[in-house]
Amino acid sequence: MIDAGLRELAAALAGKRISSVELVTQFLDRIAGRNPQLNAFITVDPEKTLAMARSADARLARGEGGPLTGIPLAHKDIFCAEGWLTTCGSKMLSNFVSPYDATVIERFKAAGTVTLGKTNMDEFAMGSSNETSFYGPVKNPWDMAAVPGGSSGGSAAAVAARLTPAATGTDTGGSIRQPAALCGLTGLKPTYGVVSRWGMIAFASSLDQGGPMAKSAEDCALLLNVMAGFDARDSTSLERPAEDYARDLEEPLAGLRIGLPKEFFAEGLSADVAQAVEAAIAEYRRLGAVTVEVSLPNMKLSVPAYYVIAPAEASSNLSRFDGVRYGHRAPQYDDLIDMYCRSRAQGFGAEVKRRILIGTYVLSHGYYDAYYLQAQRIRRLIAADFSQAFKSCDLIMGPTSPTVAFDLGARAADPVQMYLSDIYTIAVNLAGLPGMSIPCGFGAGKRPVGLQIVGNYFEEARMLNVAHQYQRATDWHVRAPEL
Amino acid sequence: MGIADWEIVIGLETHAQLNTASKIFSGASTAFGAAPNTQASAVDIALPGVLPVLNRGAVERAIRFGLAVGGAIAPRSVFARKNYFYPDLPKGYQISQYELPVVSGGGLKIKVSLPDAAGEKFIRLTRAHLEEDAGKSLHEDFHGRSGIDLNRAGTPLLEIVSEPDMRSAEEAVAYAKALHALVRWIDICDGNMQEGSFRCDANVSVRPKGSTTLGTRREIKNLNSFRFLQQAIEYEARWQVERLEDGGRVEQATVLFDPASGETRAMRSKEEAHDYRYFPDPDLLPLEISPSWIDEVKAALPELPAAMKARFERDFRLSAYDAATLTASRETAAYFEQAATQGNAKLCANWIMGELAARLNREEKDIVASPVGAAQLAGLVVRVADGTLSSKMAKEVFDALWNGEGTNADALIEAKGLKQISDTGALEKIIDEVLAANPKSVEEFRAGKEKAFNALVGQAMKATKGKANPQQVNDLLRKKLGA
Repeated sequence: MIDAGLRELAAALAGKRISSVELVTQFLDRIAGRNPQLNAFITVDPEKTLAMARSADARLARGEGGPLTGIPLAHKDIFCAEGWLTTCGSKMLSNFVSPYDATVIERFKAAGTVTLGKTNMDEFAMGSSNETSFYGPVKNPWDMAAVPGGSSGGSAAAVAARLTPAATGTDTGGSIRQPAALCGLTGLKPTYGVVSRWGMIAFASSLDQGGPMAKSAEDCALLLNVMAGFDARDSTSLERPAEDYARDLEEPLAGLRIGLPKEFFAEGLSADVAQAVEAAIAEYRRLGAVTVEVSLPNMKLSVPAYYVIAPAEASSNLSRFDGVRYGHRAPQYDDLIDMYCRSRAQGFGAEVKRRILIGTYVLSHGYYDAYYLQAQRIRRLIAADFSQAFKSCDLIMGPTSPTVAFDLGARAADPVQMYLSDIYTIAVNLAGLPGMSIPCGFGAGKRPVGLQIVGNYFEEARMLNVAHQYQRATDWHVRAPEL
Repeated sequence: MGIADWEIVIGLETHAQLNTASKIFSGASTAFGAAPNTQASAVDIALPGVLPVLNRGAVERAIRFGLAVGGAIAPRSVFARKNYFYPDLPKGYQISQYELPVVSGGGLKIKVSLPDAAGEKFIRLTRAHLEEDAGKSLHEDFHGRSGIDLNRAGTPLLEIVSEPDMRSAEEAVAYAKALHALVRWIDICDGNMQEGSFRCDANVSVRPKGSTTLGTRREIKNLNSFRFLQQAIEYEARWQVERLEDGGRVEQATVLFDPASGETRAMRSKEEAHDYRYFPDPDLLPLEISPSWIDEVKAALPELPAAMKARFERDFRLSAYDAATLTASRETAAYFEQAATQGNAKLCANWIMGELAARLNREEKDIVASPVGAAQLAGLVVRVADGTLSSKMAKEVFDALWNGEGTNADALIEAKGLKQISDTGALEKIIDEVLAANPKSVEEFRAGKEKAFNALVGQAMKATKGKANPQQVNDLLRKKLGA
């Protein structure tokens, strides 16, 4: 059952061919065997997991199950889950057991899914390789020498290694799509405001968005059906009628207009990735789509704008981690200021400190206009670029990441090089658009390549349809690493 | 030079705690006096992942205030984060309004003494904005450590900023009192200064008389009584004048007032050296206020004190002084209006400002809890106006009403036999008897001794046991004596 999709698992559970406890046990066994190498999970708690599975079985037995009841899932350790250690990959929260559930967790609980554990991630979601985690790097199941991408690297590695059927992730500048690409998965970052941020530990509030990571577009659609929806506890949550994201999966693609931004296929894109992406686009033409060239002239400004806005918001969001009420507090200190300094110096890793410093700087008196306001202007220009592009196409496609997974440690010393991993994904967050990545082949070192699909606002169902039709015609998404 | 050669310039920043049932960004109660940290929700203690949701009741109160002072209500205002570290500030930032406040402009009239002949001065307001309060640090009872109580964290405040329009401590106090009366009048703040519901920061500077440039100001923080406000400004102004006259300079500073010594003291520069790094809070959408919302609030707004004062002068022919006194609070005004529509308005006013006010004051009762209700007082006043009661009798009836001996004046007059004899026939008969029984006095009066007339009046009053209308007795006696 480890390779099965969610519908297949649901059918097996409904048909009593397997119980949730049995299914969950299979995955817990795989985690016990493989996680020591992969380091995809920060917390596994079989007792809690089995209790949830038993209650899911009881619910199924009463005939009250929903489409995902009894199905095991892993959650990125950025989502607060009541009674679970919720670390956000940081020493700062290494002692924090959440007293409440994030909306995403609450919704999955209500749907009857079973939590397998909390997955590893870059510290406070700041990173593109999962190397900034206090809990150590995650390995890419396709090649143990490679990074899985980040920041949702633990979720990506866990799904790729079949330690869980699917997982949740969050995406601030590419943190779902880039690891999905590097681990050969399907991942979706919804339109900003579609998934509630309540209980999702904030990195950059105006960019953060939760979403599903799974083996297929169909699975992502089923997961998004649970995750999405208005939440009065999140003021940026959008009040819209509920929709079935799986409703259009089987629609044909004839007449689909795919926009190809010339800036996505320029300098910086490695040849192996370009080849796989172009082959995928050729497949789309065979499926009836037409392609048009579009332009996102301000895309080159997206990385600099992002590295002003995201650190600015983060520097403020992370101020609550002061050692006063919860989290790490230095064991020894002289006075209040010393307590703050030591607790934060000890509790945060280097990348988090770097971004807090950048963010504090750009918001400082005298620099605010030149950096923060300027970055906000660029943000509007980028959103306008996309809006212009969508006048001539239905969807935009291109590479998710400029390269396949790089080696562990290869970029750790060069933050700018690391930041460029997200050059194709960041603009989508700045514009608040939905974006996804689907596997479309393999590049250097037989490492996976991801195709990025960007839709207009609220076009998730269409994007999932487009991804699903490709997955019906190809088999990249069913390939699994040999472990 | 001396203090008389200097002009004092004062502007006030007032924090009025809005009387909403729950906090500005969370559902926790705002009730005062609960056990520490029992009214601090997940949002108030800033757990990881929590988000603010704006309380519309707080906005509604801000609109009410804006309308009452004739300010402009912003159709779109923005919440910003004011970043600084302090243990009673759980998020590490305060959510406030910075560049775009909810209310701009407006002002209020205050009563002043000299030299303004009109006795009124208009104090302009700069702005009023919504923000959240911080918690409290408790330094006693913890043996060298500090306790943090977050019950107050997130309590809604309206910060009301005046222009530097006041020129003396008396004017500042008059403004603070007028503002205090207004926020209570429009029912947005309970005005409880002991509990910190209404507190002022005073910006004070001095300049030589005739100068038009402002001196360097120092800000006196957190004055929670009118007396402290007066003392602090007086001390601060003297201190600045002395310093300048001694050839020194005033440095811009934040100072604290010590009620014990009556002195102000500058905070250490470290305590105030902040760069707050304001930026728009990405967790909250801009606050949009529609014209229809403003209209709704306007329709529900009570008649304002200035309008009511003018109406009392016009409709009840009250003096400006009486009208102002009776509109000092909404409760007093309502009491007066109810009484005045049933009885003689001028007499009602005198009774309310005289006997009733004294009695309420002596027994520390609020007018809403007055044992003598407005209708009862009106009933009493009617009997004074028609001559049934002498003023001495009226006081007796008032006391009886106050003590609950009866429910209305007429019943008490009847029961106590207090009716003044005004029946001319009955009085004439008594006077004839008095004249017959006191021929000596009659003779003396006729001989020109005015004293003898008083003796006759006294006899007549005695014969009626004090129930005769003294004026009538006088008139009748003179008529009978042919004087």
